[in-house]
Amino acid sequence: MKTEIIIAGFGGQGVLSMGRILAYAGMLQGKEITWMPAYGPEQRGGTANVTVILSDERISSPVLQQFDIAVVLNQPSMDKFEPRLKSGGILLYDSNGMTRKPKRKDISIYRIDATDMATEMNAPKTFNMIVLGGLLQVVPVVEIDKVMLGLQNTLPERHHHLLPANEAALRKGMEIVEKEE
Amino acid sequence: MKVMEEIKLMKGNEAIAHAAIRCGCDGYFGYPITPQSEVMETLMQEKPWETTGMVVLQAESEVAAINMVYGGAGCGKKVLTSSSSPGVSLKQEGISYIACAELPCLIVNVMRGGPGLGTIQPSQADYFQAVKGGGHGDYKLIVLAPSSVQEMADFTVLALDLAFKYNTPSMLLADGIVGQMMEKVVLPPFVPRRTEEEIRQQCPWATTGKVNRKSNVITSLALQAEEMEETNLRLQRKYAQIVENEVRFEEVQCDDADYILVAFGSCARVGEKVVELARNEGIKLGLLRPITLWPFPTKEIQRLAKQVKGFMSLELSAGQMVEDVRLAVNGTVPVEFYGRQGGVVPLAEETLAALKEKLVK
Amino acid sequence: MTAKEIIKPENLVYTKTKVMTDVPMHYCPGCSHGVIHKLIAEAIEEMGIQEKTIGVAPVGCSVFAYNYLDVDFQEAAHGRAPAVATAIKRLQPDKCVFTYQGDGDLAAIGTAETIHTCNRGENIVIFFINNAIYGMTGGQMAPTTLEGMKTSTCPYGRNTDIYGFPLKISDLLAELDGTCYVTRQSVHKVGNIVKAKKAIKKALQNSMDGKGTSVVEFVSSCNSGWKMSPHKANLWMEENMFAKYPLGDLKDTEKKHYGQ
Repeated sequence: MKTEIIIAGFGGQGVLSMGRILAYAGMLQGKEITWMPAYGPEQRGGTANVTVILSDERISSPVLQQFDIAVVLNQPSMDKFEPRLKSGGILLYDSNGMTRKPKRKDISIYRIDATDMATEMNAPKTFNMIVLGGLLQVVPVVEIDKVMLGLQNTLPERHHHLLPANEAALRKGMEIVEKEE
Repeated sequence: MKVMEEIKLMKGNEAIAHAAIRCGCDGYFGYPITPQSEVMETLMQEKPWETTGMVVLQAESEVAAINMVYGGAGCGKKVLTSSSSPGVSLKQEGISYIACAELPCLIVNVMRGGPGLGTIQPSQADYFQAVKGGGHGDYKLIVLAPSSVQEMADFTVLALDLAFKYNTPSMLLADGIVGQMMEKVVLPPFVPRRTEEEIRQQCPWATTGKVNRKSNVITSLALQAEEMEETNLRLQRKYAQIVENEVRFEEVQCDDADYILVAFGSCARVGEKVVELARNEGIKLGLLRPITLWPFPTKEIQRLAKQVKGFMSLELSAGQMVEDVRLAVNGTVPVEFYGRQGGVVPLAEETLAALKEKLVK
Repeated sequence: MTAKEIIKPENLVYTKTKVMTDVPMHYCPGCSHGVIHKLIAEAIEEMGIQEKTIGVAPVGCSVFAYNYLDVDFQEAAHGRAPAVATAIKRLQPDKCVFTYQGDGDLAAIGTAETIHTCNRGENIVIFFINNAIYGMTGGQMAPTTLEGMKTSTCPYGRNTDIYGFPLKISDLLAELDGTCYVTRQSVHKVGNIVKAKKAIKKALQNSMDGKGTSVVEFVSSCNSGWKMSPHKANLWMEENMFAKYPLGDLKDTEKKHYGQ
């Protein structure tokens, strides 16, 4: 079993760290993992994306043409990665700032209004955790417990007071994600 | 119950830093350049001078850094530097001196697109520079090409071991993909730094202070041509030994292969996927991954050439390693090339298409 | 009196220091290098640090310094001696480490290494031989070549509009927080030799004491490069070189320590 995921959005949205949390949780579950950022001048404000591969077997190429899952958090990312989903793949997007809906009919499309929810929860920094919760609701590629354990292991002690807010965001994301027809 | 090995998630660049500390390195000297700055950043974060006593210093330039490596290696210390393509070009003079003075050390090149200032995205276009001797004079580096984060750690240790085995500089030739990606890694065990006494025994030639012996001189200079020729002959004898003993490679599904893809480092990872895709279409493709780029697995390619219909070299360059494949194959079967340049990474699908167009007819 | 009696220890008034080898020097008659080598060797012997001293030789006339000074040595690439010395001292902090460099090596091709090594306050000594010319390659212009001075690459004299100005690198180094001792000496007269040796010892002691970087500049002559007799070269040096590069201490303190 191998899952090839692209997460893409603006720099500063927490795209890379969301991928990292996902990869770390996969590692805790004993999976083979690869986290490959499109590194470069794409810092805050530009576009950022990361490929995360979770697999039960040795992973070959960390750079991919096609994906099983695309999490797209801005319009340029939707334009770039919607066409690169495998047939039958999953597209998860945040409608905030999008100028059009996904077009493809041969994929499953899910919407999560994570930007609005993060604002509503007055916790903009947990935006990426809301998205991650939505993703895991749709495709439970890793267990929520492993995500939380991963956060606990990787966050410095002084930031551990943020753990409950992150868990709340994850749960909220699971609640609000919606399938689009 | 067996104690679980500690598995960590980290970038290839970070793995180099941790491996260096753990294998008992005495010093690191570097200058920041993307995409490898995490090597020094991780070392500075870890503060090994407070634990193992390892020195970490940010130099004023790549030129200074490689000459610090020269100075440290000349003391018999286990030292390394890391950089990326333009920075490694700057180091070439120093590397030539180190090779001639027969000093063990490690140079890490996390390659990016060139020529010139180029891009910061991954490339393998420094292959020639690394394996043919990028600086002046007849010399060779032992060049290891890691293709995973685990190998970034493992080969840091291996490259230093080989450097000390042969008193010669070795190079880790990685690229932006292997440097920047995160994977699981089991770090090598902690080995204490050698004591001064152990260094004196292992490196009796080193500048450790003239105590009960003649003074030691580290130099690459000779006044007489005959003397310099003797130095060259000694180097060549050593290189012949390395060719004999240290060739390393990995094969994926080569046993029944009709065609062989040759690729190293990150490209070998893409290559593995090409093999999967090709086999799905009924094309019997195998992958040969040179782990040592110098010494090159020439004999293995010659062996495979007798049983396959052709080779294709896949590289992040305009075609460099392909020349060594052609030299090995020596015209007996076709050798084709596919690659992307300037920081663009060839994907498995386009590579398979190229393979079908060029080779599988 | 037989020869054997003459060389009895009690009859000897002078012996060569054991830190000098018996290798015949390649330096031109009248060159300052021989005297400076001897002073450094004597200082090392008198301080009892032969076993813990490591020298770094430059590219230039003194490239073979390691043939004459009997301590462990590394021969650096052109200009890079301070970087090499930095690593030697950082990795072997109990050693006394010095570089021996000419003006082209230290103040042209190696300027960055010189400045940054001094700025980091590396606990090493830089012996700087300033004869205002490239001796080894046959008398080309150096960064310290005086205004109007003729060399093979400024054959009509150094015109500062074309070639820039003589570089007072020691003055610049004295400004840096990492240097503890910067001094300008010469070895053309007995009195100066005595003073120069004191400066050498002080600098080596600073390295051992971890006070920072010491720079000892020797304003020197190069009679071959200057195309003068040794005697005339010394007179010309006194008149012209000392005017631009006056002798004496430029700095004598301890490197700065901020915080921690």
